[in-house]
Amino acid sequence: MADSVDVLSTLKLVYTIYALAAISLIGWYAYRITQDGESKKVVKPVYFWSYVSVLVVIGTGLHFLTFNVVPWVPIDLDRANIKSEKTFKITYENHKIVLEEPQLQVPCNEYVVFDAYSNDLTYGFGIFRQDHTMVTQMQVVADNRNDLMWKFLKNGTYYIRSTEYSGPKGTQMIIEDAIVVSGCQEDDIRSMK
Amino acid sequence: MSFMKTLINGNDGGLKHEGMTPMQKIAMRFVVIGLLYYGLSAIEGMLMRMYEITPLPFIDETHFFSIMTVHPMVGIFGSSYMIVFGAFLFLTPYLMEKPIYSLKMANWSWITIGSGTFVMWLAGFLFSYAPLYTMYWPLPADSEQFSAIGGIVYILGIVSIMIGTFLYTYNIFKTIIYTPDGWEQQPSMGLLKSALGITAIANFFRKKDTKHLVPLPIAAIARGTIDVGLNAIVIMTAGVLILIYFIGSGLMGLNLEHSWVDALLYKNMFWWGLDLVADGLVLIFVAGTWYLLAMLISGKDLYMQNIARAALFVEMVVSWTVWSHHLMSDQGQSNFLKVLSGEVVTAFELVTQGIAVFIVLTTLYKAKPLKMTNELKFLLGGILGFMLAVPAGIIQADLGMNRILHNTQWVIGNHAHVAILVGLTMTLYSAIYVLFPILTNGVKLYSQKLANAHFWLHLVGGIGMGAFMGMAGIDGMLRRTIYHNGEYNTYMILAGICGAMMLLAFVIFMYNIIMSIGLKGLFGIYKKAQIDTNNCLTQQKD
Repeated sequence: MADSVDVLSTLKLVYTIYALAAISLIGWYAYRITQDGESKKVVKPVYFWSYVSVLVVIGTGLHFLTFNVVPWVPIDLDRANIKSEKTFKITYENHKIVLEEPQLQVPCNEYVVFDAYSNDLTYGFGIFRQDHTMVTQMQVVADNRNDLMWKFLKNGTYYIRSTEYSGPKGTQMIIEDAIVVSGCQEDDIRSMK
Repeated sequence: MSFMKTLINGNDGGLKHEGMTPMQKIAMRFVVIGLLYYGLSAIEGMLMRMYEITPLPFIDETHFFSIMTVHPMVGIFGSSYMIVFGAFLFLTPYLMEKPIYSLKMANWSWITIGSGTFVMWLAGFLFSYAPLYTMYWPLPADSEQFSAIGGIVYILGIVSIMIGTFLYTYNIFKTIIYTPDGWEQQPSMGLLKSALGITAIANFFRKKDTKHLVPLPIAAIARGTIDVGLNAIVIMTAGVLILIYFIGSGLMGLNLEHSWVDALLYKNMFWWGLDLVADGLVLIFVAGTWYLLAMLISGKDLYMQNIARAALFVEMVVSWTVWSHHLMSDQGQSNFLKVLSGEVVTAFELVTQGIAVFIVLTTLYKAKPLKMTNELKFLLGGILGFMLAVPAGIIQADLGMNRILHNTQWVIGNHAHVAILVGLTMTLYSAIYVLFPILTNGVKLYSQKLANAHFWLHLVGGIGMGAFMGMAGIDGMLRRTIYHNGEYNTYMILAGICGAMMLLAFVIFMYNIIMSIGLKGLFGIYKKAQIDTNNCLTQQKD
């Protein structure tokens, strides 16, 4: 099953190809419009409407694609009907992240919930690998519900970092090795200590 | 001619400000102040780029975030708003071939926006006020981290900017619908309907089309201006709220609880307003400017003009209903809003902007062969910028992708900076090159080679900086934070080099413009006009 590294690597590849294609297209177009030769005076509306249809399909199709390919999307949308194995309470106050236990032990392949509550400002909750790539995140809005359901499929040790700016005091809100996932058949090589 | 003589008098005689109409002078005042603020914003950007590589000894962390707070505000309000408002206050009467409604109001617009931006900037520079432009509640009213006086000064600056914005909005609409002295009565309601796009929508359902009473670019200006006005109301409301808290608890010692304001509701309302800038100002104004530029460059009517008008109306509705894509990682936000507003409506930005790209490229292509003028090359650069930035935005406005892209450098690099610096700014440069001879009564550009250098350095620098920031974001680098251990230094050094290219491009551009008009002409813009007319030019265009 895909994780964030797989999804983001695909994004990097696809977007780079698209960007190069767009740059080439405009470069080619810029060359062509300076050249002599009659252009067709009438562009048939069918081309225009086909192009618009393609844009609609791409714009909305992306969401159908990720719903089927990215594993955390169906969890997000159906989480009211999914029972979690464990809930971890996390408190934010005075630019500090406080965990219930010094290290959160997460069972493999089970739904768990990270339930964060901020008593003062708006913060962020992000889980990161040892190589600093992001696993997941949510906003921690002051005095509001902030709970994220997640399922880990690889062993690893992860750190938590606030992903939202909460003033100059909040830039280094990090808890090293805060989450340990065990019991999986596969290791997350980017997150092994 | 010697360097000093050209610098003082300009190229080939330079700008003769005595022959400028008040409206020409006002437009130039807006543009010059806007360009200076662009320079300030670019310097701030470079300071932050360098700080992300290694902390600079003369900037502490608190001040770094003050710079980050004022940088987008100076860039958007001090620069983009000023250049766009100046251009549109000139173009609206110019294209409608009628005098502007109020010269005095137009003058006060640039004064209030320009001075308001400076006051807001001072709040960061002197008082280190740093809630960032997002101002997530209750951070902007946090008197433990920020001084009350800093917050009050900042909000007063914002209020001044918004007053200027209201004046601009009123002046634009009044100019469209009013009847000048001695003119035959104008059909105000018909003009308003045409400007808002209601006529274009109605034409879809009529057998016989109703004639459009305003040119297409005016329709774009009017629709974008509605969003600008609505945004000003939201920002002013947030400003008043913050002022109440700072004055109440910071100065008067009252116990005002932050929890009286729901942080999520505030975030929804604030983003609804902010997105009107992103969509109202950027997408609608840019599309309208593209249409105008395409018609001027090609000398032909726009391809599928009625569709373009209708698309502008759709874009306006989209911009009112799209805000939720900023709250996709907020667990309290309903899934219904995330999917409908965040994903589906946002996807239509790809459609409306894609329509604008198609129409502009087709219009230009039908007029080939075209000469690769400065306005054409910058227009194509601007189109490319949005071709890169809009899909990047659509990608991050997805439930799956937002979970791992939100608040990373991807958002601010590939999407925001490419949209603003390549898409918007290159479009504005194109407009400046078109308007330059009109506003200056035909001053010749000092150097075409410098204009070419400006173009390439800006284009490559802008796309490159966005790309390297985006790659860092994909590898997990957050925005709005500082990394002390050089985790992303390779990307940051490359982005810094690209940023330096853009700063150099700006210096070259300004040098070229100043050498063209001369310092005498430049300062003369701010002297009282000697010609007494409300018309745009001494002799109206053909």
